[in-house]
Amino acid sequence: MKHIVAPVAEIPPGERRLVEAHGKRVVVFNLAGEFFALSDRCPHQGGSLAAGPVMGLVESPCPGEYHYGRAGEIIRCPWHAWEFDIRTGKSRFDPRRMKVRAFPACVEKGEALQAETFPVLIEEDYVVVEL
Amino acid sequence: MNVIRPQAAPGRPLAATQGLVDVDIHPRPRSINDYEPWLSAEMRERLNTFGIRPRHGFVKGTPYFKSQPLACRRDAWPAEGTPASDLAFMQEQMLDFHGVDIGVLNPLQPTAQGDQNNPFSVAMAHAVNEWQLATWVERDARLRASVVVPYEDPEASAREIRKRAGDSRFCQVLLMSRTSHPLGNPKYWPIFEAAQDANLPIGIHAFGYSGWAMTNGGWPSFYIEEVSEHATSCQSLVNSLVIEGVLERFPRLRIILIECGFGWLPSVAWRLDKHWPMLKSELPAMKRLPSQQIRDQIWVSTQPIEEPPRPEHLLDCMSWIGWEKILYASDYPHWDFDDPRTAIPSFIPEDKRAAIYGGNARKLYGF
Amino acid sequence: MDLPAGAIDADLHPMVPGLSALAPYLPDLWRDQITLRGMEGFDTQAYPPKAPKTVRADWRPQGEWPASRIGHLREQVLDPWRVSRGIVTPLYGVQLVFNEDMGHAFTAALNDWTRAEWLDADPRLAGSIVLPMFNAEHAVAEIERCAPDPRFVQAMVLVMGETPLGRRHNWPVFEALVKHNLPLAIHAGTAYRNPVTSLGWPSWYAEDYAANQQAFQSTMASLITEGVFVRFPTLKVVLLESGVSWLPAFLWRLVKGWKGVRFEVPWLDRNPFDVVRENVRLSIQPFDAPEDAETVQRVMDHLGSDQMLLWSSDWPHWQFDGPPRLPPGIDATLARKICVENALSTFDRLALEVTP
Repeated sequence: MKHIVAPVAEIPPGERRLVEAHGKRVVVFNLAGEFFALSDRCPHQGGSLAAGPVMGLVESPCPGEYHYGRAGEIIRCPWHAWEFDIRTGKSRFDPRRMKVRAFPACVEKGEALQAETFPVLIEEDYVVVEL
Repeated sequence: MNVIRPQAAPGRPLAATQGLVDVDIHPRPRSINDYEPWLSAEMRERLNTFGIRPRHGFVKGTPYFKSQPLACRRDAWPAEGTPASDLAFMQEQMLDFHGVDIGVLNPLQPTAQGDQNNPFSVAMAHAVNEWQLATWVERDARLRASVVVPYEDPEASAREIRKRAGDSRFCQVLLMSRTSHPLGNPKYWPIFEAAQDANLPIGIHAFGYSGWAMTNGGWPSFYIEEVSEHATSCQSLVNSLVIEGVLERFPRLRIILIECGFGWLPSVAWRLDKHWPMLKSELPAMKRLPSQQIRDQIWVSTQPIEEPPRPEHLLDCMSWIGWEKILYASDYPHWDFDDPRTAIPSFIPEDKRAAIYGGNARKLYGF
Repeated sequence: MDLPAGAIDADLHPMVPGLSALAPYLPDLWRDQITLRGMEGFDTQAYPPKAPKTVRADWRPQGEWPASRIGHLREQVLDPWRVSRGIVTPLYGVQLVFNEDMGHAFTAALNDWTRAEWLDADPRLAGSIVLPMFNAEHAVAEIERCAPDPRFVQAMVLVMGETPLGRRHNWPVFEALVKHNLPLAIHAGTAYRNPVTSLGWPSWYAEDYAANQQAFQSTMASLITEGVFVRFPTLKVVLLESGVSWLPAFLWRLVKGWKGVRFEVPWLDRNPFDVVRENVRLSIQPFDAPEDAETVQRVMDHLGSDQMLLWSSDWPHWQFDGPPRLPPGIDATLARKICVENALSTFDRLALEVTP
């Protein structure tokens, strides 16, 4: 089900917005103009990811060497600090089995969204998530 | 309109049929000036000039940097001030939201417990206790204070305990786990004697600075190790309480290990039992099997809840410790907070969850 | 159950009957200092020679040092219990010496004493290279010196040193061990650079002995978080006289912390539980669990591996009376693994030259 989150200009790059629709709490992130949506509920104890800090990804090919990149693309749970990749929802410590649910997000033209119940302006772009 | 409801339904867990008692809440002062009404001019001056001098090197912060500012939940910061420094915010986020019936306050820092300077630690303990009453307990009937004691001055600690004895606003004596001597050392016995006389259990909260290396093989490198080493320091204090004969000498003494973890306790008890016969020539006075002493006189809090790979391992561990010895704790507002709705897993039988949430604490503290 | 025949004993402790026993193996400079300075010996507080724990009562011969001759070991362990191979590891406090050159010299002499008086004396025996860890260069030199003798099947450090074992200044040692395919044995005991608890010095010897359980946890935390097994994935670690039952709960806690603060040790990209199951072995004397089959089986289930345990008698330390028995609840298949197979897959050098 399609949900219109907000006009693009309301969620600038590096920002996020928590929305609730169709019974789901979803946090929508803007990573340098690309939008991603994750369930707000940490799969561990249920901390609200919308309240967590973001950081880059620290990786290491061997002890003592630190590679720090992908600035702002990792969200950490505000409680136990688990790291999740904003692009995929996968946890860093066990990407295969531990993840937070990710939803498709995109930008659509107001023109194309005329039929939705959300009042839109034809000339604006909107962030949309598929729930 | 974008309306956001809470993550999960507020209120105490359905299984908490004997109420929800949280044995580990950490109130903070807005600033150290909050203690001033109860400090002498000399001690105020000392606090403002030299500040607290724990047995480590930094003026501000901790030797192992936490994973989060002030080791707190990111969502526990009120609009102004620091986490758990504002009663209204704490009520909204913790007490009301989770339906806490009784919350035990354990002030950690800055309280000057374990300070290098005993007279200062003594003065601060008195101030922190008065502050708990005025700022928290008198303003919310669900909250209970801990008798903060300057434990490196055991005689003064005993005086502070006797002063608070019989005041039902205080529910326990509070020590940090990292004392400068192993806790069973006779140096500390005046504390145990006073607590037993006052019929107050002693809550020992993981933390503090002993002044010694954080492992018996030297200083580790990382915060992740420090977190792990809280367990080893608590193991050492349990060994010490048993081997020094404290639990036998003070048979009505009740010890609560708070935020120490609990998965390790069965193994520590088994080890003492196993080696007792070989070590008995040194400890002729000991009568009760070590594991029995521990079972009779030591309680544990749940947070940080153990998360073994398989549920039955947690059940094994809890049954080895004793279902009646386990008390729910949230550790609010710290980052390793345990949400009562999710931290005590539903695979634990219903009646045992009820006891952990409230029944065990009610019996122990007499709430 | 009883010990199966042909068991491999992973933890035997010959005792050095005084510094004079090492004199023949020392350069003149250091040998003369024993008498010139009146050095009184390196027995340590970790195992006071007269303490009941240090030597089982029926293993104390009249009028001579216990556990000091090959005859003692043959009569008390190897022959009556039909042990096929035994690994000897002297616990003589060379690690406590502060002068690193002196420590190095006496450690080398100790290793030569082991070789001459034990390994040469009985083909069933293998040995541990005792390492002078106060200086990593000295430790590496000692590995290089002893490794060509295939009867040295591992190297040994005490669990409580000056700094946590995983620290990078020790890595040349691990590199040399991997090069020679030697496991790193970590034995209970301390160099007394730190008090034996993180709360200071205890009053009683019982606390000193109990403290090893904490030390093994701290040491494992250090090796894992510093990334030793990332940098040296084939390094095997053998915990001796460590106890066993503490390991699962220690790992629960470490793994829980790692999930949140992985960013601090980003090289640690595998679950520590898996790392330990693959790289770490433990001797089962003591086991530190009650004598009931159900509990032992639960502890084994928590460990989640039948490959990790190695049988040992811990001779001459007093861990049990009479003949050895395995903890209750261990079936014949597992017993065979613990007593024989796991040791053979841990100590490659032992497997190379198995005697009938």
